Amino acid sequence: MLAVVHVLGQLLAIFGITYVLPLIASLAYRDGTFQEFAVAALITSGAGSAIALATRRYRRELKSRDGFLLVTLAWVFMSAAATVPMLLLMPGLSFTDAFFETTSGLTTTGSTVLTGLSTLQPSVNLWRHALHWFGGMGIIVLALAILPLLGVGGMQLYKAEAPGPVKDTKLTPRITETAKALWLTYTGLTAACVVVLKLAGLSWFDAVCHAFSVLALGGFSNYDSSVGELRSPLVEVILIAFMLVAAVNFTRHFVAFRRLTTAPYRSDPELKAMLFVIGASVVLVSLVNVSEGMYADFWSAVRHSAFSVVSIATTTGFVTEDYEKWPAFVAWWLLLLSCICCSTGSTGGGIKMFRTLLLWRQAFREMRLMVHPNAVEPIRIGGQVVPNRIAYAVLAFIFLYFMTVVLLTFALLLSDLDIVTAFSAVLASINNMGPGLNRVGPSTTYQSLTDFQTWVCSIAMFLGRLEIFSVLVLLTPAFWKK
Amino acid sequence: MRILILGAGQVGRTAAYHLSREEANEVTVVDSNDEVLRDLQDRLDIRTVSGNASSPSVLESAGIADADILIALTSSDEVNMLACQVAYTLYRTPTKIARIRSADYFGREGLFSEGGLAVDTWISPEQLVTDYIARLIRYPGALQVLDFADGKVRLVGVRALRGGLLVGHELRALREHIPNTDARVAALYRDGRSIIPEGDTVIEHGDEVFFIAAREDLRLVMNEMRKADETVSRVVIAGGGNIGFRLARTLEKSSTVKLIERDPRRARRISELLTNTIVLVGDAADEELLLEENIDSAHVFAALTNSEEANILSAMLAKRLGAHKVMALINKPSYAELMESGSIDIAISPQTVTIGSLLEHVRRGDVVRVHSLRRGAAEAIEAIIHGEPSTSRVVGRRIEDIDLPDGATIAAIVRGEDVVVAHHDTVIQDGDHVILFLTDRRHIDAVERLFQVGSGLF
Repeated sequence: MLAVVHVLGQLLAIFGITYVLPLIASLAYRDGTFQEFAVAALITSGAGSAIALATRRYRRELKSRDGFLLVTLAWVFMSAAATVPMLLLMPGLSFTDAFFETTSGLTTTGSTVLTGLSTLQPSVNLWRHALHWFGGMGIIVLALAILPLLGVGGMQLYKAEAPGPVKDTKLTPRITETAKALWLTYTGLTAACVVVLKLAGLSWFDAVCHAFSVLALGGFSNYDSSVGELRSPLVEVILIAFMLVAAVNFTRHFVAFRRLTTAPYRSDPELKAMLFVIGASVVLVSLVNVSEGMYADFWSAVRHSAFSVVSIATTTGFVTEDYEKWPAFVAWWLLLLSCICCSTGSTGGGIKMFRTLLLWRQAFREMRLMVHPNAVEPIRIGGQVVPNRIAYAVLAFIFLYFMTVVLLTFALLLSDLDIVTAFSAVLASINNMGPGLNRVGPSTTYQSLTDFQTWVCSIAMFLGRLEIFSVLVLLTPAFWKK
Repeated sequence: MRILILGAGQVGRTAAYHLSREEANEVTVVDSNDEVLRDLQDRLDIRTVSGNASSPSVLESAGIADADILIALTSSDEVNMLACQVAYTLYRTPTKIARIRSADYFGREGLFSEGGLAVDTWISPEQLVTDYIARLIRYPGALQVLDFADGKVRLVGVRALRGGLLVGHELRALREHIPNTDARVAALYRDGRSIIPEGDTVIEHGDEVFFIAAREDLRLVMNEMRKADETVSRVVIAGGGNIGFRLARTLEKSSTVKLIERDPRRARRISELLTNTIVLVGDAADEELLLEENIDSAHVFAALTNSEEANILSAMLAKRLGAHKVMALINKPSYAELMESGSIDIAISPQTVTIGSLLEHVRRGDVVRVHSLRRGAAEAIEAIIHGEPSTSRVVGRRIEDIDLPDGATIAAIVRGEDVVVAHHDTVIQDGDHVILFLTDRRHIDAVERLFQVGSGLF
């Protein structure tokens, strides 16, 4: 237990270093926030170092159960620590709202309780987007890459933080190297995105903020009306491309860059399925919008449909048009897409395409077994046989996922929220997507929710980012028994 | 160093454990058993790939293309040889090591040389273990006997006992006792903890002493540590597997050997191959059988079956029935530790014996031999020193001037045919074989760096 606290201290100390980004911004833009960010950095790093020092006697290699506790604690504590500059700089902000905002940042959800985003100090806006970026690939994976401290225990942490059902495949023999490879790929793609956005006419600041947001599949923007504010079809196309890139398993990107081939993409069953589902949805939504006469000309209908579909399906949550005004079918369809589209090992949320495919195959296998009771049929995904152990784990995960959605929705209903808002808010939060419907729709924020409702959404975001198991295992008695 | 290990059996797992503990190594293990691999990956920071070890596509996904060393340790000689050949033919892997069990293969001249199979080095764990036990029996009283420089120098571990001439005296008295021989105490363990041996260190009853000496002088020095042990002439071996059988064959010329084997068919088969050994069919833990075969007059009882639990029990039983010294083959390090402090005289760990011969190839520089000691915590290394006095931090210097890391001692030097036991003023020359004892393996990196010259080699 204290060994976990020791590593937690180290992680917090490292997290303090991430304040470098807003500190640079505040120096560059002279927006008078340097002091507040410096205080926040010192508090975070200082407290972290103090904890680590005080518990250094308990240092030992982490066991697999320690991983879950550490990852959950680390995420909660980092979200809490990240509220410090917000609270210092925005006197009217309650802790509940600040915590919601930072959680939404770190979990790459992208829903906000703030308005007047474009009038915020640049360093605060950068800080919000930086939270996205660090949370996207995972701050613990980052710690693994730059700290040699974790060794064997590192694999447990990686498993507890990284999304997806199959986590045993490492890119390299050493977990540190794997973590480095992932972060290098991630950073490289982000840099590329910044440059391309800049070339497309954005200011450096907008380019950096949106690149952080898009590679993490977050959804924060430094404008109230999100990407719609930029009014540039070119930027939208670029963002669509990078959203799709970030929704692919990053290990594929790494292998593809290193060997300079497209083979990893061609053999990726998740990528194929995602492109198919998203492509078909773009066509479908465009057709609906055109036939309902939502837009005067055909191309604007396609442009806005495509952007909305990709943005929501990849759980980013950028908005250009208020899609709630479109036929109700579209809004609900998009909500469904956000549950299933992202790949294992991407920065997106939801149940992941791998699990969707596996359930699909499993369902068909059951039906075939009804016809051929004696058949032996392994489940294959992309030609690879999936062990039954993983199939069971996926079934259990789906059950927990839906039960969580249902129970949290009931919790919101209890607090007098209407069903559309409640259900969509829970889905949007657990999928780390962002905008829901009705009172939390694409054109509004989560500001109108009560404190209780805000906390429910924060919890849903944690559960979604850490894929439920890592958090819920802490609630089982077996976990705590010696 | 990028290392590919094929086969996650006993030896493969131990190799993965030891090699992955060193920061500089990236280890990938290939095996066909998913469950073993998952368990291994949970405990070690390595990558695992499941599949047939000799198939090119499996090797490829395990990263053979940029591997520095391939270590084939599957249970099949044929798979191991084929994997090495595939690695050489398709990927030009620089170093390929194969485990070869059958003497029929490694006994043939030329099979593994130029133009033959692409195996750079073969190791036969059974043979290594057999040789190891045979050496222990030849030097009664020794806990460990390790060869350096083709056997010219030996490192011996003994437990000091009351009655030894040096016990209760300072180490520097050693020279007065035996003036004509040169020996050096390389390491000293008291209650499991290492003590740096100095001239004024007093040897106590129960200390574990590692000393190094030329082969001819060993017995003399051992007498310093304990009363002369009786020479071994009656040996009882339990278990007629590969190791038991080989040991019997090695010993049967010089001693009376009895071998107990449970399986009648196997017993019959080995009795046909052994000429002087008495092969008995029965259970090694059968009290009646042991008594009938005069276990109380046996000098050595060695339990070498495949089951370590059975080995422990039968060795304990034999000890109680009066066998003078009992040894047991024990795989689990925890069991070995448990047993050696109590009822069993020597716990033989096949992995520790084998791992040294793998480490030789992983160490940077011109390392000739590595022996793993104390279950991997300590290490004894023989390395050839190269370099000019101007570039090397070792050549041309006196030993006391060399900046060795904590717990490292230069124990002896072999210069051509001569064995020079190291003293503080010995000067190291180019081409010397240096034998170095390292009580804490974590400093291995510092030692490797110390001996490297500018070119990156020794």
